[in-house]
Amino acid sequence: MAKVVAVTGNEAVANALRQVNPDVCGIYPITPQTDMMQRYASYISNGKVDTEAVLVESEHSSMSACIGASAAGGRVVTATSSQGLALMWEMLHIASGDRLPIIMPVVNRALSAPLNIHGDHSDAMGARDTGWIQIWSENGQEAYDNTIQAFKIGEHMDIRLPVMVCMDGFIISHSIERLEYLEDAEVKNFVGEFKNLYPLLDLDKPKSYGPLILTDLYHEYKRAQHEVMLKTKDVVLEVAKDFEKMSGRKYGLFESYRLEDADIGLVILNSAAGTSKDVIDEFRAGGIKAGLLKPRLFRPFPYEEVAEALKNTKAVCVMDRADSFGGYGPLFMEVSSALYQLKNRPALINKIYGLGGRDYLPSHAELVLNELKEIADGGKIKIFKEYIGVRE
Amino acid sequence: MKQKGWRDLPAGSVVLEGGSAVKFKTGSWRAFRPVWKEENCIHCLFCWVYCPDMAVKVKDGKRAEFDYDFCKGCGICELECPGKKGKKAIVMVEEGK
Repeated sequence: MAKVVAVTGNEAVANALRQVNPDVCGIYPITPQTDMMQRYASYISNGKVDTEAVLVESEHSSMSACIGASAAGGRVVTATSSQGLALMWEMLHIASGDRLPIIMPVVNRALSAPLNIHGDHSDAMGARDTGWIQIWSENGQEAYDNTIQAFKIGEHMDIRLPVMVCMDGFIISHSIERLEYLEDAEVKNFVGEFKNLYPLLDLDKPKSYGPLILTDLYHEYKRAQHEVMLKTKDVVLEVAKDFEKMSGRKYGLFESYRLEDADIGLVILNSAAGTSKDVIDEFRAGGIKAGLLKPRLFRPFPYEEVAEALKNTKAVCVMDRADSFGGYGPLFMEVSSALYQLKNRPALINKIYGLGGRDYLPSHAELVLNELKEIADGGKIKIFKEYIGVRE
Repeated sequence: MKQKGWRDLPAGSVVLEGGSAVKFKTGSWRAFRPVWKEENCIHCLFCWVYCPDMAVKVKDGKRAEFDYDFCKGCGICELECPGKKGKKAIVMVEEGK
């Protein structure tokens, strides 16, 4: 039986971790994630979990400790945000290159400078190429559900990759929402016993992690890593199906919202998708065929499926809460790559919104949808990439 | 030896055996070669202890010849060697001389 609760995103994810009860947790505070690991530390102190906490002096050390614990043969978690994720950078590559299924909630926050603690996607987008699976979450429920599913995806014997579960800082991490918790036993049964691949602590079978591999084999190892990412999509869908059976909540590679017959569409990640859906309903009520695509799996990116979902639209705006200065927004680049393979593709524009936690308002979505309507009706694209909600 | 293709590799470049460094000969990096002068050797085995690789061999508890396949010429053995009566049992000689 599901239990209905009113909790914050951080609280929900901390509870998901408690229900999984991992072996080791690297802990270092950083806003807005701090509250999640603080709650988890309470579970440890109160004997609610068997997890060994490793209290470290930086996120670089936290990820290093996680890598060691995971290679040793444990089920391992940590959590971070912003500068913390940035400081982990070199270790993120090692975790994925060593194929260690570490699970890490990332509470998305802007990067310094200027210093800012609020929600945007610059941190996780910066970790796009680190070889981690990335799953994005619109609200607390999705963050909770995705965290539980992440274990089954990353630890799958065909995958063995680390997973980031992303949710918006403060907007989700610190807001109280209505959520449905699964029973402890259900979660335990769902994630199952942790299975090892090459545990260092199996002393009868000595092995080494992290060898020097030069021109003779490095290229082959990276090719193999790419292959695993290609397999990940199927595993994500398989795990989602099992999860739906247990919870009744359906997940895919992305969410399509009123997209089937849409002329115009938004592509938008995380919490801002919720705001946009309300505005799309208003446009639909006004007879305008608007829809939305909210990516869930960002790495690996489901190019063919996204192209398929958007192929009948006339104009699409990809909304980015991060920027690649001097380039397009990171999500735009992916969607653009996906659509290029189509013979007939929609007109595509890019808006940058909500950096450093700047509010994303329904009026912003209205503005964008009206512009898309004009383009779909035969108007010209005035500007390909534009900041919205910005003071002139 | 036929090189492995990407499908044949263990996940995460994990080396699935112990002592595999024996197969990877690194002696060709060397610019200076340590030479053992047996007459000055007191068999303290400091060189064996300090060698960062496995270039110093021991036989029946006594110092034996260098295994140059694994010696990178770092010179730690020469530095640590106490020698006999002020004369070192290990001296570094430039390769090619």
